This record gives sequence, C-alpha cells and structure tokens, in this order.
Amino acid sequence: MDEAKKTPFYEKHAALEGKIVDYSGWLLPVQFSRGLVEEVHATRRKATLFDVSHMGEVSVKGNDAEIFLQKIVTNDISGLKNGAIIYSPVCYPDGGVVDDILIYRIDKNNYFLVVNAANTGKDYNWFLENRSGDVELENLSADYAQLALQGPESMAILQQITAEPLVEMKYYHFRKDVDVAGANCIVSRTGYTGEDGFEIYCSNADASDLWDALWEAGQIHELSPAGLGARDVLRLEAAMPLYGHELSRDITPLQARLDRFVAPGKAIPFNGREALVKQKQEGINRLLFGLEMLERGVPREGYPVTAGDKEIGWVSSGSYSPTLDKFIAMAFLDPEAVEETEELRVQIRSRSYRVRTTKLPFYRREK
Amino acid sequence: MDYKIVDGVRYTRKHEWARPEGETAVIGLSDYAQDKLGEIVFVELPEVGAEVEAGKGSAVIESVKAVADLYAPIDGTVVEVNEELLDQPELINSDPYGDGWVYKVEIKDESQLEELMDKTAYEVFVAEEEE
Repeated sequence: MDEAKKTPFYEKHAALEGKIVDYSGWLLPVQFSRGLVEEVHATRRKATLFDVSHMGEVSVKGNDAEIFLQKIVTNDISGLKNGAIIYSPVCYPDGGVVDDILIYRIDKNNYFLVVNAANTGKDYNWFLENRSGDVELENLSADYAQLALQGPESMAILQQITAEPLVEMKYYHFRKDVDVAGANCIVSRTGYTGEDGFEIYCSNADASDLWDALWEAGQIHELSPAGLGARDVLRLEAAMPLYGHELSRDITPLQARLDRFVAPGKAIPFNGREALVKQKQEGINRLLFGLEMLERGVPREGYPVTAGDKEIGWVSSGSYSPTLDKFIAMAFLDPEAVEETEELRVQIRSRSYRVRTTKLPFYRREK
Repeated sequence: MDYKIVDGVRYTRKHEWARPEGETAVIGLSDYAQDKLGEIVFVELPEVGAEVEAGKGSAVIESVKAVADLYAPIDGTVVEVNEELLDQPELINSDPYGDGWVYKVEIKDESQLEELMDKTAYEVFVAEEEE
C-alpha cells in the first residue's frame, strides 16, 4: 500500500486540531475538537465545511460519450440536460455494483464523473475495458481538490464570494468556470448530508485560498469544519447508500432499493440489465430496511438481525443519530421474514436487542 | 492536548483506572481514553456478582464511531455498577473520575493495584502515546 496522501487542506485540518485518519489512502479528519455530534447538529442547523478531495473525478469526452455512459450505468442519461447532474449505479453484468457515481453533463459529448475514492482506480480500469468508439477518458482525480459546504446557511456563505447567482442553481445542477474568490471552480448544488449545500471543485493550487475565503465568509454564519465521522452519520440519517455497505460487488441496486436509478427500459442495453430484470421477476430475498432500536444499544455493520430464532439478515450501517436522538441502522433483511415476524432483534455481542423497521429516510429536511 | 490525570488512582496501560476504597476498588476510564473515544453513547455494564479478571474485558464502552472494551484493571467480584450510565453514558466524557465511574469490585489481591501506574508514571505513559 502506498503511503497515505495529504489533500491540499491538510494544514487547515491540523490547525483546527482535526483528528486525522487514513481513509482509502487519504489523510483526512474524522472529527474536530468539539466532536462528531456537534458537527452533525451544526450541519443541520447552520453550515459546515468538509474536505472531500479524496473523491475521484473522470472526464468522458467524444462523439460516443453518451452511448458509452448509457452502456455502463443503470440510470437513463438520455434526458440529461447540459448543466444537470444524475446519480447512477455502475453494474457488473451479474448485477453486482462496481460503484455509484455522479454524472455531470457539460454537453452531449463531454461529461464529468465523480466516483468514490476507494473505487477510483477500479472504476477507471472498468471504464477503459468497456470503452468503444469515439470515447476519450481521463482520470482527473489528482488535479482536483473538492470541498462540500453543507447546511441551510450554505448559499448565504458561498454567495458572498461569487457573482454566480446561486439561487438560480437548482438541486443536482452545476456550473463550470465559476469564479469563487478568484479561483476557477466547478460548483454543484449537491451533497451527501441530506441538507442543502454545494460541492466546489478547484485546482490544488487554488485550494488553500478557497478554504480561507469560505472560512472568512462563513464566520458570521457560524461556519465550522466537519469530518468524515459526521459525514457518515449525516448520510445514514438521510438513508444515502455508501459503497461497501449498502452497495457492493455482491449487493445489487435493487436490493438497496435504488429502483428509481435503474432504467431497464432505456434504448441502449447496459451492463447488468438482464440480471437485474431477472432479479426483479424472481423476487429479492435480501432487501434494504430502515431499523430503529427499541432498547438502547448501537447497531453496527455486520451485526446479525434475527426474527424469532432465525437469522434473517445483517446490519449494513448503523449509528447513534444525533438529529433524532435514536439508534438507527440500515439492514439487508429477508422481506418475507420481516413481514411475518413480531419479534425483530439485532444481535449485539452476547445479547439481542429489540428493534423495529421504520420508513426511510430516517431524516428529511423541511423545504 | 492536556488530559486530566488525578492522584489517588492507579492506571493501566489500556487507560482504565482503579481507585481503592477500603475492601473495594472503583473502576473507570481515564480522561485520555474518553477523549480518544469521543462522545460516548452506550455502556454495557457487567452484572453484579460477576467475576472479572485483570486484563480481560469487563464492560463495553461505545462512542458514535467506536466500540471499546474496558479491561478489568484487577481481579475481583463486581459488587456495584453505575446504573446512571445506562441513561447518561456521556457522564464518562464529562466526569471520567467522578460520576462517570463504571463499576466497583471487591479486591482479591492488593498487590495487583501496586503493579499499576501511579499519576506520575501514567503522565509519562500518556505523553509517550501522544508522540
């Protein structure tokens, strides 16, 4: 394994006393001094700044770029307009998931993909293997730094340092070549927290100044830094999948209830189509459920879930939820067993704890 | 970073503490350990009457991100547990040597306490861990 890399914001984290961990080969703050719970609250109530420079970026260009993407992603991008973003799983032919990605359409022959840090190399190779026709691929991951500004105050903060009219930017839309405090950026109205917010991509050279400008603009809005720990809890509360937990080589998008991002009817057949159609017809024996603990206890990844004395699945992500003040989890369970049982439990070490299913997402912001 | 390290208790290399009070000893987690764990949200206590063994898991302390075993500093029989922690596990964060105590044991072997670190030794130990 190569030595873990520093992002261009590493010195900022150190100055703010961030607890640094190695995450997918990147040195990133897991939390800052006042703690994960406060970071979650600050994101829901004010605004927080996350370093997400570990995310990978891939450029896809060429006359066959759209066809290429239609073949590798499960969602239908044919209706995607310039300046719009779409989320999609990328599947293997057997329906297992390579990664889940964002596709930014710059124009019909030019796309910007955002992929998971740990999957960047694997994804890029998969794209190369599946490339045909006039498609030019470039791994831009090393060129971009990325910040996520998340929370209700995000727009007010960012608007202070850019002339771009942010109120006109709709959710899941972006602009490129946006001047933010003198830096040339891609700005998108996206995030992984369930709050309003923006993700800002810039060159490594501009990163430090961009952080400082956001930091300064954020002071009157009580902007604070947040780490990977809060990010994971926020996305869990919003029931957003995390690759390696709710999606993997062995978990299909349908099992993760991502049906609305799978378009078997689109004009161009895609990797995994047949397998997913078959799975849908035959029924799914492990389906994602939201769980809420009825007793105090922390349901964590890998813990077995039981109905009576029968094991019916496992927890894929779980945590204490600061927003709800409850213990919550997402779990893959046998849907028939869930239907039939009145005694659902999570096994935590030597004891089992009562739990009930609950609607996803656990948290939805008021608009 | 400055951690509170108090007198009158003995410390383990896993950052538990034991405070002798006559025939029994109060057991808890050090300020350093609670800070490393972060916000504590759940505590699994031993049962009163349970036998704990030095160096073996005796309770489980969970923060939002992590699960940590509390290893028994000394052998003994659990005579009391801090039930306040069931509803307020965060007491370990706010008052690790006071209201955040975890359980009390009947001391079997005084010499086991002597083998643990005193305040000065633990200060050196924590400083080394921080490097």
